[in-house]
Amino acid sequence: MVPLSYYLVLSGILFACGVTGFLIKRNIITVFMSIELMLNGVNLSFVAFAAQWHALSGQVFVFFVMVVAAAETAVGLAIIIAVYRTRETLNVDRVNLLKL
Amino acid sequence: MLHLLVFSVFGLVCVAGAVNLLVQRHPINSALSLVVVMGSLAVEYLLLGAEFVAAVQVIVYAGAIMVLFVFVIMLLNAGVEDRSKGSRVAMLFGVPGVLIGSVLVAWVLVARSGTGNVAVGALPGPPKVIGWLLFHDFLLPFEVTSVLVLIAIMGAVVLANHPGSAQQRSTQPDKREG
Amino acid sequence: MIKIAIALGVLLTAVAYTVWLERKVVGHIQNRWGPTRVGPFGLLQPLADGVKFIFKEDLIPPHVYKPLFIAAPMIALIFALTSISLIPVGNWITVFGIHTPLEIVDVNIGLLVVLGITSLGVYGVALAGWSSNSKYSLLGGLRASAQMVSYEISLGLSLVGVLIMAGSFSLRDIVDAQGGTFWGFIPRWNIFHGQFVAFFIYLMAAYAETNRIPFDLPEAETELVAGYHTEYSAMKFAMFFMAEYANMITVACLATLLFLGGWHGPLFGPPVLQAILPVFWFVAKIFAFLFLYIWVRGTLPRFRYDQLMAFGWKFLLPLAIANLVITALVVALSA
Repeated sequence: MVPLSYYLVLSGILFACGVTGFLIKRNIITVFMSIELMLNGVNLSFVAFAAQWHALSGQVFVFFVMVVAAAETAVGLAIIIAVYRTRETLNVDRVNLLKL
Repeated sequence: MLHLLVFSVFGLVCVAGAVNLLVQRHPINSALSLVVVMGSLAVEYLLLGAEFVAAVQVIVYAGAIMVLFVFVIMLLNAGVEDRSKGSRVAMLFGVPGVLIGSVLVAWVLVARSGTGNVAVGALPGPPKVIGWLLFHDFLLPFEVTSVLVLIAIMGAVVLANHPGSAQQRSTQPDKREG
Repeated sequence: MIKIAIALGVLLTAVAYTVWLERKVVGHIQNRWGPTRVGPFGLLQPLADGVKFIFKEDLIPPHVYKPLFIAAPMIALIFALTSISLIPVGNWITVFGIHTPLEIVDVNIGLLVVLGITSLGVYGVALAGWSSNSKYSLLGGLRASAQMVSYEISLGLSLVGVLIMAGSFSLRDIVDAQGGTFWGFIPRWNIFHGQFVAFFIYLMAAYAETNRIPFDLPEAETELVAGYHTEYSAMKFAMFFMAEYANMITVACLATLLFLGGWHGPLFGPPVLQAILPVFWFVAKIFAFLFLYIWVRGTLPRFRYDQLMAFGWKFLLPLAIANLVITALVVALSA
């Protein structure tokens, strides 16, 4: 019997790691992966609460989060490739001017 | 007891993977640690009884989305990332800040949340019930997400098709033939 | 535990002898003998090959990214061998008083787990291509992973028709739903029960998933040297080789379970024979499926990469979706 708060703490740690990665990383792909990590942390808390209150809608919402994450990944990676084509760099600090 | 043990082991693997993602300087290592995180999260879902979600997590997240990430890293030949002034400042203030914040949140959650224990496999229902829910109670979000995926596909195709690329030049008709 | 040891032993032997079978059959299709010298009919050839692989020099080129270079074939092999643990090969049998089903574990979402393991197998290929730090490997790895991910979708969708008809994800339940016959002699296999189109979609998607001709451009010898396993030698190459054939066997097992009725077949004889006969039928059907695989390999030329991707996305995927919609309609209207 694991207390629910342990699951929530794990979810919080994952979310915090995602936020940290978003702030400190300079490679745009790694920043994107930190966003995915945040989404995963949130999924865990959804499923944990669904398990505690025996409500399956928590699980259903996890599907929606996953679908949104997939769509966002596809478009985001396409944007990254487009940015790489013009700027020739993946460092976010160098993509800071609207005009090249 | 075994529940707590398995939870702790895979929880530690999750956290180790997440920290590894931050620490590694090459994006491919970060991508692989994220795959490890997703795999151990799938095990955590199994512990909670959400077996369908665990399977979908492995198939969709770890097996398709992360493959896409690895693909893009391979394609763009992303190298080791360099440390700039901005990133050093962010590390100096960001990491301790987030650490303090998360410790606070964790303390509040463990000490005062007022929620109880969760047994192994607490979630009821076979995948059929999830399907029922998806198509009855959550039909509108389901249809909206399918439109969202369609928009994402169209967006990705448009973004990949940028004008003046070699592919377009070779598929345009040769105007010299009269 | 004993089941795991037996299953692993049987699988590894099956992988080795699938290689032998392929070399013999392709040889005969090309009007030559296959291996004939090592043992009668060349039956000890896999043993000789194994010894060769173990004793060959295991070269790690200096320009590779070592951790992933060493890990990639292991990843490929681990995932290829893991999926055997969910495949049921027969009914419940009683051996020495132990009543046990003939599979290692029966998960009630068995089919999804097999699909998940197949999805994870892409990493072995992609990482091998990338870590080798050479242009042929990178191109081969990119092409292979793109191809596997694209055809995974059609693979999964073609199986949903079977799922709708069986009503459960568990592999054992799907096979149990195929017992009995129509009109006394045509068996109720799913391939005759309306999933004919789905079987062919599955077949073609399986050829692409396992990187076999006509979809084997990622490891085409005439174009990319050896694709993603160019820089590998000896044991690591053997691991990729085994992973490819183990994937073939897994796909053949899935096809047998889902479309060809699993272990159902005419039962006769004393009870001892009746316990073993389902396993025999299962193995016979897998053998037929593998023979089809090898036959196609010996006969067809390979697709160009853009033809391959166009085929997967523009033909197989709409066909799989149409099959799904029609199956769902028929099941809903007849219930």
